[in-house]
Amino acid sequence: MGGVYILSVKNIKLKRDGKELLRGVDLEIGECEIHSVIGPNGAGKSTLAYLLMGIGGYSPEEGSVHFNEEDITQFTITQRAKHGITLAWQEPARFEGLTVHDYLSIGAGGTGKVSENTLRHALEMVDLSPDKYLHREVSEALSGGERKRIEMASILTMKPKLAILDEPDSGIDVVSLKEVVALIQDLKKNGSSVFVITHREEIVAASDKASLMCDGMIVKTGSPAEISDFFIKKCKPCDVETHDLKGG
Amino acid sequence: MDVIKLDTSAEFTAMADAYERSGGDPSVLKMADVSSLVVSGNKILSANQTEGVVLEKESTESGVDIMLTIKKGYTIPNPVHLCFGVLPKEGLQQINVTMIAEEDSSVELIAHCTFPNSEHVIHKMDGKIIIHRNASLTYNETHFHGKKGGVEVIPKAKITIEEGGRYYTGFTLVSGRVGFLDLDYEVDAGKDAICELNAKVYGKGDDKILIKEKVFLNGENARSVIKSRVAISDNAVAEFTGVTEGHAPYARGHVDCVEVVQGNAIAKAVPIVMVDDPLAKVTHEAAIGSVDKKQVDTLCARGLEENEAVDAIVKGMLK
Repeated sequence: MGGVYILSVKNIKLKRDGKELLRGVDLEIGECEIHSVIGPNGAGKSTLAYLLMGIGGYSPEEGSVHFNEEDITQFTITQRAKHGITLAWQEPARFEGLTVHDYLSIGAGGTGKVSENTLRHALEMVDLSPDKYLHREVSEALSGGERKRIEMASILTMKPKLAILDEPDSGIDVVSLKEVVALIQDLKKNGSSVFVITHREEIVAASDKASLMCDGMIVKTGSPAEISDFFIKKCKPCDVETHDLKGG
Repeated sequence: MDVIKLDTSAEFTAMADAYERSGGDPSVLKMADVSSLVVSGNKILSANQTEGVVLEKESTESGVDIMLTIKKGYTIPNPVHLCFGVLPKEGLQQINVTMIAEEDSSVELIAHCTFPNSEHVIHKMDGKIIIHRNASLTYNETHFHGKKGGVEVIPKAKITIEEGGRYYTGFTLVSGRVGFLDLDYEVDAGKDAICELNAKVYGKGDDKILIKEKVFLNGENARSVIKSRVAISDNAVAEFTGVTEGHAPYARGHVDCVEVVQGNAIAKAVPIVMVDDPLAKVTHEAAIGSVDKKQVDTLCARGLEENEAVDAIVKGMLK
């Protein structure tokens, strides 16, 4: 990665409702790097994702977030999005009356700023038929799996500099997991850095770097093999309640 | 086919223009194979009836009396277009309408109500709709109001659906200011009848919105959905009352209301469900509050400003 970091997080601390959720997080993500983060439930992984996106209620008490060397610690969600950061939620929101076409267009800069062919291609990339889905509502009528695929299509059309993916693998089968890995690699090929929260070894293995998060801290960063191995062999004695790298 | 009158006066042109702005296609108002009626105030500007449609109308002092009948066994291929409006700043338009879908008939009616210049306009509709055995009637009404909000819209309708009949209705008032809306629909659904009532309203300023929709599932296996979507901002007030009563075996009803509140607006939802047959079932859901934060955050994470995200969500809900 040559020491070029697109994202640099220093000593981030965050409390919510009196509870310390992040206790001095340091993180660096390189350009066009796939960086996965693993760890037990409750370790603070999603909290870190929300903080990086600037979600309300997740502003740090201490520490800084720099993006392309600019201090974005106090930036709003929209400001971060306009700088090229986006987030795919683990449980994506649903929108009554908003079609897939509308939703993908918003991510691509607005209706009229992207061709329909681009939107159709994004759906094909996530294995959804454009003819069937482009004019459907992003609503409760979609299954969880369909909604997650549309979320990934939205990320693809947005072409972000940094995509934060919160468990893109949750609730999907083994075949779809391979597709998720391929999509993450496509994002990288197209110039995006990817910060991905996961419980699946296949995604960790496809990463350039991995971090282990535990009890509100990143306790170790290294190669995927190193981190997986460390997590499985060394983490079991720790006092965080669950360890679920294996089996998702 | 009976082309009664085609008016090319300036008033017709103005109504057609307002009709277009409310989302209608004015060319249909001149098509010989499309039943249509254009009424400005109490003036009947044009009317056309096609095979299977009997359209009787009479101008009254303050509006028009209409009797629309779809003849037995006819499926009307093109929607029937109704265009009502008041063009001056002030006025009263009282529409008394009876619609009858005879046995085994099928029709779609599209009504556009336009009050583009209103400062004090009253638009009242007293409707009686009878859907006979195995007939189907769809009635979609879209309003286009001006920006000043000086309109009182008071539509009342009693609908009877006989065995196997189907009734779908949509009321949409999202363009311009509402002013005062007092919608009151009451449906009596017979055996195997199907009924769906939809209302979408966007209130702003000091608009006042009252929506009352009542369905009585009186026949075995009768089914209904009442669905209401209301967005209000500024100092607007909205109250939705959705009543469904199941009085027969296997009757099924559902009331679904979502009200999005912004600014100092106040919303109230009253779902009333009642069942007196042990084999009937009626459910309801209502959600009132601000726009869902996760929805807003999601669209902001795609680059929209917060107000743009709220606008997109509300417009989607009311689409």
